[in-house]
Amino acid sequence: MSDNATSLSASITRRGFTTAAAAGALVSAAGLPLRSARAAAPLKLGVLLPRSGHLALIGQACQRGAEIGLPMLRDMGYSVELMNADTESNPDVGRTQAEKLIREGAHMLMGCFDSATTLAVAGVAEQKGVPFVVNIASEPKLTEQGFKYVFRNFPSAGMLGKGGLMLFKDIFAATGTTPKTAVLLHINDSFGMAMLGGINALMPKLDMPFQIVETIAYDPKARDLSIEVSKAKAAKADMVMTVTRLNDAILLVREMVKQQVETMGIISPGAPGMYEKQFAKALGKYADYCTTNVPWFDPHQEMTKELEKAFEKAFPEETFDLNIGFTFEAVLIAADAYKRAGSTDPNVLTEALRATNLTKRAMLGGPIKFEANGQNMNLISAAVQNLGGKPTVTLPAASAVAKPVFPMPPFKGRA
Amino acid sequence: MDATFFMNVISAGLLTGLVYGLMALGLSVIFGVMRVVNFAHGDMMVVAMYAAYLLFNKLGIEPVPALPLVAGGLFVVGYLLQRLLINRFLGVTEHIQFLLLLSVAIIITNGVLMVFGPDARNVQLDAAFESYSIGPLVLDKVRVIAALTAAAAAAALWAFFRYTTTGTAIRACADNPIGARVVGLDVERLYAVTFGIGTACVGAAGCLLLLLVDVHPHLAHDYTLLGFIIVILGGLGSLGGALLGGVLVGLSEALSGVLIAPSLKSMFSFGLLILVLLLRPQGILGRKA
Repeated sequence: MSDNATSLSASITRRGFTTAAAAGALVSAAGLPLRSARAAAPLKLGVLLPRSGHLALIGQACQRGAEIGLPMLRDMGYSVELMNADTESNPDVGRTQAEKLIREGAHMLMGCFDSATTLAVAGVAEQKGVPFVVNIASEPKLTEQGFKYVFRNFPSAGMLGKGGLMLFKDIFAATGTTPKTAVLLHINDSFGMAMLGGINALMPKLDMPFQIVETIAYDPKARDLSIEVSKAKAAKADMVMTVTRLNDAILLVREMVKQQVETMGIISPGAPGMYEKQFAKALGKYADYCTTNVPWFDPHQEMTKELEKAFEKAFPEETFDLNIGFTFEAVLIAADAYKRAGSTDPNVLTEALRATNLTKRAMLGGPIKFEANGQNMNLISAAVQNLGGKPTVTLPAASAVAKPVFPMPPFKGRA
Repeated sequence: MDATFFMNVISAGLLTGLVYGLMALGLSVIFGVMRVVNFAHGDMMVVAMYAAYLLFNKLGIEPVPALPLVAGGLFVVGYLLQRLLINRFLGVTEHIQFLLLLSVAIIITNGVLMVFGPDARNVQLDAAFESYSIGPLVLDKVRVIAALTAAAAAAALWAFFRYTTTGTAIRACADNPIGARVVGLDVERLYAVTFGIGTACVGAAGCLLLLLVDVHPHLAHDYTLLGFIIVILGGLGSLGGALLGGVLVGLSEALSGVLIAPSLKSMFSFGLLILVLLLRPQGILGRKA
């Protein structure tokens, strides 16, 4: 069995079981293919997330996103059962868990937050011919390697970098302040390196008004970032750009406060960490004004409002962030494809995923539609700035809830 | 990069190294006396960090004032663990001891995971963000406190082993356990006291580290490994060696981070370890077996 299962279906009674067993026997006797039977039973969706290990915090947030929307999806006429598995923040475990879920009858897979694990699971999905919806992972190879069964509702590193960098210009234009230099601090895992490649390639193409004077790579599991911050301080750049995970983002900003590194802004062109609850909790007033340019909720969508309401009721202590939104949308995409396919046949499901056209959604961007390579073409980023301890959309102006603050107030003397 | 920059980097490396040294002291004490390699070292530190976190959140006691309480609590845990469990495995082959302590480590990791969940926890204090400015030097307040505590703990331990009756008896057990029994020493009790002292050191380190890093159940493995590197560098069983090993690791990480690449800094700790193993296998301040 998988770790645990969350279902929309009613529990099985003895009478129901007997009836189903008899029906099953009849269908088998008639030689009909059970796998492609009409979609009366729920879709079994194998959910692969890093619920333990160094990505546990984000993995748990994604898990909440997968589960919180189930009643909403039921009301919308969708039928889906989650088969949950923990990847333990380890690609090898992710691969094994994906194989296990398929053996246990998962019709489709969904996950896995981190690029390395997602790539490993994509390999399993291709080998077994099982459709795979990526909730969050930006590794370009996922949609550039010619996979047939992989669909991604999240920007690739290139899209993320481009969307994120374009917003830098918008922030400078909106605030009338343009820095001349920046120092880039980034993690050196597959996500961080893909982002670095994207940023280096896009900076000249997008004619960015500032120059990156120093690039500092570090291990995302680093215990101490004092040297990295000393090096960044010595670069004397106007602004700090970051590509982080969560724990290192906390270490980084804490160290900047200690080493009295005052800068015009700390802006990420699209990485986790700074918009997350733990970041605000650990850093308090120093978490404010950090900005992340990421795909985010559209605060004006009805689905967003409904999802946020359900989330706040169930998890009043947690932050409603993109991990929840994109994971919810991944379940929605899977359930919608199954509803239209009316079958659990993997090829029929894959074709249904390819024909996805979801106009009602929670995240910013147009309708969810996939290109031939499985990439959602309608995704845009927002400038999300921490204001008063909450991640707040400050750009694009049409979706903004507050105006961007740049340059940010110095750390010293913050109330 | 000017001289001030390097002074700041070296002082940061030195202070971080002393914190590492404090963490490794307990490991060195336990091995030095009983020849038991404590694979649950990092996990015990994580327990201490959670204890300090609870004391702060439930009773409002900050980690530095909580240090004696946590160290005392960990002493009792270590004493009982040695008395009730590890003493039974002292005569067996080393790999059985390794397995025993690895099992203890796995139980602790999963225990804290069950109790506290996977979320990282921290204590939010203004002191955790403060630093001292001495001319162009900027010194992290927490690291300064931790470094001073490490030096004080090492000095206190040295004085304890050198000048007290119990300390002298423990040294006698380390030098010749059979001889110690012959002269009537309660070796099992003294071993339990030693293990308690070792875990108390870890408790003290855990309180201070909570001000530098957020605690989560999987933090232990990295620190256990780091502890081993430090004590092997400095010399297993040597108190001064643990501090020296910590400082060497701290400095090598700091300088390699600046001169080569921050992402390669851990590689230099391991490089240093290989170098010491080749040139002086007993460690810099260690004695030949």
